[in-house]
Amino acid sequence: MGGSKMDVMTSIDSGKLSPKKIALYVVLALVAIGLPVYFQSVGNAFMVHIFALVGIYIMLSLGLNIVVGYAGLLDLGYIAFYGMGAYVGVLLGYVFQGITGGPGSALAGFSYWFLLIPAALAGALTGIALGTPVLRLRGDYLAIVTLGFGEIVRIALTNNIGGLTNGSAGLPRVGEIIVPAAGQKWVYLNLSSANFTFSKDLFWYFVIVALVLLAVFVIRRLDNSRLGRAWVAMREDEVAAAATGVNIMQTKLWAFSLGAMWGGVAGITYAYWVGFISPESFNFMESVLVVCMVVLGGMGSIPGAALGAVIIAGLPEIIRYLAQSPLLSGVLTAEQASAIGDYRFLIFGGLMVVMMALRPQGILPSKRRARELTEAEAIIEEENESLWEAEHKHDTPHGL
Amino acid sequence: MSIDLSTVPQQIVNGVTLGGMYALIALGYTLVYGILLMINFAHSEMFMAGAYFGLLFLNILSKVAFFTSSTLGFILLYVIVFLLAMICTGILGMLTERFAYRPLRHAPRLAPLISAIGVSLFLQNAALLWISSRSIPFPVLFPVKNYRIAGANVSTLQILIVVSTILLLIGLDTFISKTKIGKAMRATSQDRDAAGLMGVNINSVIALTFFIGPALGGAAGMFSGMYYGNIKYNMGFIPGIKSFTAAVIGGIGNLRGAMLGGFILGFIEAIAAGFLSSGYKDVIAFLILILVLIFRPGGLLGESVVEKV
Repeated sequence: MGGSKMDVMTSIDSGKLSPKKIALYVVLALVAIGLPVYFQSVGNAFMVHIFALVGIYIMLSLGLNIVVGYAGLLDLGYIAFYGMGAYVGVLLGYVFQGITGGPGSALAGFSYWFLLIPAALAGALTGIALGTPVLRLRGDYLAIVTLGFGEIVRIALTNNIGGLTNGSAGLPRVGEIIVPAAGQKWVYLNLSSANFTFSKDLFWYFVIVALVLLAVFVIRRLDNSRLGRAWVAMREDEVAAAATGVNIMQTKLWAFSLGAMWGGVAGITYAYWVGFISPESFNFMESVLVVCMVVLGGMGSIPGAALGAVIIAGLPEIIRYLAQSPLLSGVLTAEQASAIGDYRFLIFGGLMVVMMALRPQGILPSKRRARELTEAEAIIEEENESLWEAEHKHDTPHGL
Repeated sequence: MSIDLSTVPQQIVNGVTLGGMYALIALGYTLVYGILLMINFAHSEMFMAGAYFGLLFLNILSKVAFFTSSTLGFILLYVIVFLLAMICTGILGMLTERFAYRPLRHAPRLAPLISAIGVSLFLQNAALLWISSRSIPFPVLFPVKNYRIAGANVSTLQILIVVSTILLLIGLDTFISKTKIGKAMRATSQDRDAAGLMGVNINSVIALTFFIGPALGGAAGMFSGMYYGNIKYNMGFIPGIKSFTAAVIGGIGNLRGAMLGGFILGFIEAIAAGFLSSGYKDVIAFLILILVLIFRPGGLLGESVVEKV
């Protein structure tokens, strides 16, 4: 037992790349860069859009993975942080326009780049504001409270809170615009050729890819840091973690705010990319979808979270696209393909149930997590039994 | 903001009706929590399923002339429809327990919760795809009259809903506190292993819990359909969350607490809806939930729970 434990630990800690892994990364990079460019060159703007959208969801999934996967806190209102980033980004954008001399000025285009950090902070601060009072709550209570918080944010946005959000009509209001980011026009003018347009979607796709890479880098570093280990310790046993010197509140708040931060970044990026936001983009279903991505891919695993986002946000669209292309048109009719799109929530729901019963660690589990869930199952079971017992003992006086 | 006190009696009546529905749904949450210590996230879909089953049986049975020809026929029709809808919803609840929760009984705590979200997603979309994505009218077949009592309009429907709710609540309370099966349920909720050693069949007690809870939730769903006149695939979400709030207010795991919490929440909401903008109506329940959980996590009738190791 001791030997295998060592092996697992060293294989987690060694950052060395095997040739196999390098090959995998090269293929991934080629696909991630090549495919959208190819789609753009054949004039398929829709697929470029889907790629960028999947990128946004990967960012969200990575952010939520910090909260759910690493720290083990089920957050069902994660989309509120996404909404916060989007609205703060757009509203501060107006301020920025005002300072720099109107939407037409040369400087106004820098609003996205300039506001990226404030939007991230807005997400993080919202996370802290919500987290401070509620993080003392136990897992399932926390899930419901975060759900309530997400709904409060959405309802407040819908009700045009403070006259800022323009209610369900969304932002920007008639006559206003979200200024396109600087760089968008430049690539269009300089990198397009006679038969290739460097479109807005493609530009944003690359921005999103860069942000996702940044997120992966930061989160990997976090995972291997003191804080990352504190998260895992806390997730596995809060009391034991506290006893070994982990400051539970602080550690939870870090998880909450660092997760929320990526929600904020994804939010402002979505707003400036699409150029329009409304409260309906930030509803409870979106939160559930992001949770699905994390769970499906494998809680606590970065490749897992990314894969979950690709499958849940991308796959239905890709199937729909393929059905219209000559590749699959003989096999699937367009109606059948769009039915797959309609059935996706049903399938995801069923998948979550099956997943929890058969493969709770997800498709691409983190090594640490997989080990806990499989090899140590007997121990965990035993622990749960006694935990269950302990929790039940003091419910005794009134029971039902 | 002007406060018009003359509407208060009306809001109390509305609050009681609403509160009764919340109490019925809240019981499902609290029963399951009392025994399995899990939040049955899919319970709001039981509420929805109850309304759909009710409509189905109402449509089938109202074709029989006997049921629609006399007052006695109407009463019988509604009693039968309610029983059938409750039984079907109860069976649906047992099926979800069997397939989604039982395999996870010893899993880490997040697992059944995620599984429950999956069930909720599945059922909601099953109703959306296989029945209708629009709201469906829910007919009330008997003539509805309005009575004027103490400055408030009270309809036959409201009386029916409140009276049946109270009957169901009393029935459940008696069942749990007086019968032998009720005793087995209480024993299981106190200590599952010890109850098992005393000869209680744990699996069937849990299955029964998952029958009773959804059956009551289904009844609430039918009431809601009759009261608001239509049903929709996503009708369960908001009442589900609010009823969970009600269960928490009363002290989750505590049956009488859930009933009390339901009525309290119904009152607060009806009063608040009269004095605040209706756009923020749904926020109130969420705010109360957050405040209760922060300041009195044990609820009104529950005692504060100390985490032991």
